Amino acid sequence: MAVVLARISIPQKGMDPTEIAEKIKEKFPEQVVEVTNFRDQVSVIVKRDGIFGICKYLHDDPVLNFDHLQDLCGADYHGKKDPRFEVVYNLYSIRFHNRLRVRAQVPENDPHIHSVTLIWAGANWHERECFDMFGIVFQGHPDHRRILMPEDWEGYPLRKDYPLKGPAIEKDWPGFTEVLKRSQELKEFEWEG
Amino acid sequence: MFMPGGNRHFSGIRIKAGGSEMMIDTSTVGLIQVEEDTKILPPNVIITTFDKIINWGRLSSIWPTTFGLACCAIEMMAVGAAHYDFDRFGIIFRGSPRQADCLIVAGTVTKKMAPVVRRVYDQIPEPRYVVAMGSCACTGGVFRTYSTVQGCDTFLPVDVYVPGCPPRPETLLEGMMKLQEKIRKEQARWSPWR
Repeated sequence: MAVVLARISIPQKGMDPTEIAEKIKEKFPEQVVEVTNFRDQVSVIVKRDGIFGICKYLHDDPVLNFDHLQDLCGADYHGKKDPRFEVVYNLYSIRFHNRLRVRAQVPENDPHIHSVTLIWAGANWHERECFDMFGIVFQGHPDHRRILMPEDWEGYPLRKDYPLKGPAIEKDWPGFTEVLKRSQELKEFEWEG
Repeated sequence: MFMPGGNRHFSGIRIKAGGSEMMIDTSTVGLIQVEEDTKILPPNVIITTFDKIINWGRLSSIWPTTFGLACCAIEMMAVGAAHYDFDRFGIIFRGSPRQADCLIVAGTVTKKMAPVVRRVYDQIPEPRYVVAMGSCACTGGVFRTYSTVQGCDTFLPVDVYVPGCPPRPETLLEGMMKLQEKIRKEQARWSPWR
């Protein structure tokens, strides 16, 4: 007779996301703007000044323990909302299997927010991408550069008022116009049957 | 090849090969007498033209540089692998553009990548050929956006366009065979006066 040992691990029950949202609201009453619940996805909309404190609290509190930043991205509500931008933090607790979304509002004039790289080191490249695409400056970031576009690119492509086809030909990225120019110069050396 | 030498004694025969007439210096080749008054060329002597022999050599050993940009590169690797087998055409991928004579632009060329693609092309020695593989390399494809080059022919002299998104391996094979046809028809590309 074979003896089968089965080890069943029941995940520790953490708090309900709505409870967590209420907890944040209690602890940071002046920072939380709104709590929304869409199909059991709880979002806490906060002001940008308190983002570092709230993230630090969510990360360090032993009951919450949001030790994993799943994603950090930007959003542009051009002409739909004021303030215009939002930085979205998708948090996950590996221990309690909880998910929470924190959205920080960033105004159009002087778009800046505090970096969270000191809490989650993985936020480094996400914040660089957010800066690259939306032009939101992350204060305290250790390596604040563009990550996808060329370093001398003008404009922030994922903003809603950025033209889809890019700037006009004469205003195109100088690195590319240089290549076009060089290929025209070298054309006379090409072999034509 | 017949070279009229200054005061050297010349004994030659006039033959016709492939529609063109040429002289053969029998003092160097050495004809073989098979019967009385009948001499033939020795075995393993083949008469041809520079165009034919050089084009044949080039089209039988197209060495593309290993350079992929997007999902088309995966398909290109599949053609290089055993199932579709580029090697049977003499197409062998080289790790350096300086050893290659063909550039397969496999994938979306972004504006940031364009200087790099151009540099890889510039490093390939003559004679060199460019195959634009996939919709993106041909025309920019679905990416009519700020960051994408609308066809790599804007800055490269493309020889063969291979459509598809990505092209099937058979399509790329067909494209390379088209390139071979093109090389076969070249005239006097070996000449220094080209």
